[in-house]
Amino acid sequence: MRYLEAGKRHSVRFTLNGRSVEGEAEPRLLLSDFLRHHLGAFGTHVGCEHGSCGACTIRVDGKAVRACLLYAVQMDGRVVETVEGLANPDGLDALQAALQKHHGLQCGFCTPGILMSLSQLHDEEPKADEARIRDVLSGHICRCTGYHGIVQAALEVFGKS
Amino acid sequence: MKPPAFEYLAPATLEEAVAALGGEDAKILAGGQSLVPMLNFRLLAPSLLVDITRIPGLDYIEDWDGGLRIGALTRHHTLETSPLVRERFPVLHAAMAHVAHLAIRNRGTIGGSLCHGDPAAELPGLALLLDAQLRTTQRTIPATDFFEGTLATALAEDEILTEILLPALPPGTGWGFEEFARRSGDFALTAVAATIGAEVRIVAIGANEKPIRLAKAEGLFSDQSSIDAVAAAAQDEVSPDSDLHASADYRRHLVGVLARRALKSAWEGAS
Ligand SMILES: Cc1cc2nc3c(=O)[nH]c(=O)nc-3n(C[C@H](O)[C@H](O)[C@H](O)COP(=O)(O)OP(=O)(O)OC[C@H]3O[C@@H](n4cnc5c(N)ncnc54)[C@H](O)[C@@H]3O)c2cc1C
Ligand code: FES
Ligand code: FES
Repeated sequence: MRYLEAGKRHSVRFTLNGRSVEGEAEPRLLLSDFLRHHLGAFGTHVGCEHGSCGACTIRVDGKAVRACLLYAVQMDGRVVETVEGLANPDGLDALQAALQKHHGLQCGFCTPGILMSLSQLHDEEPKADEARIRDVLSGHICRCTGYHGIVQAALEVFGKS
Repeated sequence: MKPPAFEYLAPATLEEAVAALGGEDAKILAGGQSLVPMLNFRLLAPSLLVDITRIPGLDYIEDWDGGLRIGALTRHHTLETSPLVRERFPVLHAAMAHVAHLAIRNRGTIGGSLCHGDPAAELPGLALLLDAQLRTTQRTIPATDFFEGTLATALAEDEILTEILLPALPPGTGWGFEEFARRSGDFALTAVAATIGAEVRIVAIGANEKPIRLAKAEGLFSDQSSIDAVAAAAQDEVSPDSDLHASADYRRHLVGVLARRALKSAWEGAS
């Protein structure tokens, strides 16, 4: 049984993009804030802090989740992936490159979250169709693009264009 | 948008969790997809969060005499993608597609949704439709007695929901699930779920302070020709509220339209 006192900092250790990371967090510290302000991983964006906008979406143990609806102390021993982990030594990954090609981003605020949801979809349903892609995108608010370029980019990567 | 300070406890067993709930102003934390937003908004300020997600053995979907037993910590995404759920309770499978978004479904649990008791949530309505039995650390509560009102259930402060039992549907049962929401994944403005088999069951979601069975409307059903009359009765049987998202009149109208569609699919699917 793990007990953590309120208002005190407690050690947290998990894997972030393949690297073991460690820090200290009060129980109430949101994972989104821990990533950004304690680990300097600013790729995860923060919009609404109540699960609606999707900007903070990351992957935990392979599943896309809202980082603003998790506490950092819950992550002990978990495998966390953020947008910083997507690109490979040769450059952008396929989804990132397709977004660039199809003008799937303008300000880029929503982009990291969208990439993390679409990457789970691609791992689990590599043949997902446009309706399924749009359904997943419905969990992300993009105020710039009107979604068209994002859908086109995803369709290319999912082999549908 | 930052939560107030709280103590955090991650018990390893249900006994430890129950003991921790006894004393303080404590709250159970499951998927956190309803609780954490409420804390971030500071609508709640519990002194202790009891995180039950590290308790083993509460995440499963298994056969129960032709029906299913489902562990309270089973995630929405697991329900949505379970072949057993799709085969035995296609109406539940269909409803899951309407529960929030992928990233929320990956985290939210069936137990959390039932215990949260949002009147517009799909799972409480489905529990009622499918005559679920809700097993807790103290007793077994029929779904009919579980939901008491907006965000209110029959659970005691130190009671934990552990398992959801869904009795098998009679062979040949037809079903329909119809929801209207402004965008995919939003909470329903209203939804109607129906089954036609040995009996007719109709449940309205988001139309009252809790999901309700529409018993009067059910009583009027005879065959396909009665569907319009049943839908009209369904509309009269609900008492929705007006809010930011829709007026009471509009919600009432939707219940009629959705009931007609759900009954039509259920009738066509029944044999
Ligand atoms: C953006 C967004 C959109 C959403 N859209 C929808 C939607 O369209 N439809 C819908 O149905 N839901 C929706 N939800 C809510 C979501 O389904 C939640 O997952 C669910 O309501 C709560 O489950 P949880 O496991 O996250 O519970 P938590 O948030 O952890 O807990 C919810 C409540 O239940 C209590 N609790 C949890 N587990 C237990 C247990 N085993 N025993 C006793 N008490 C318990 C907690 O103390 C708390 O009071 C949405 C959420 C978000 C953030
Ligand atoms: S910041 Fe997490 S969903 Fe908006
Ligand atoms: S690119 Fe600006 S919000 Fe999506």
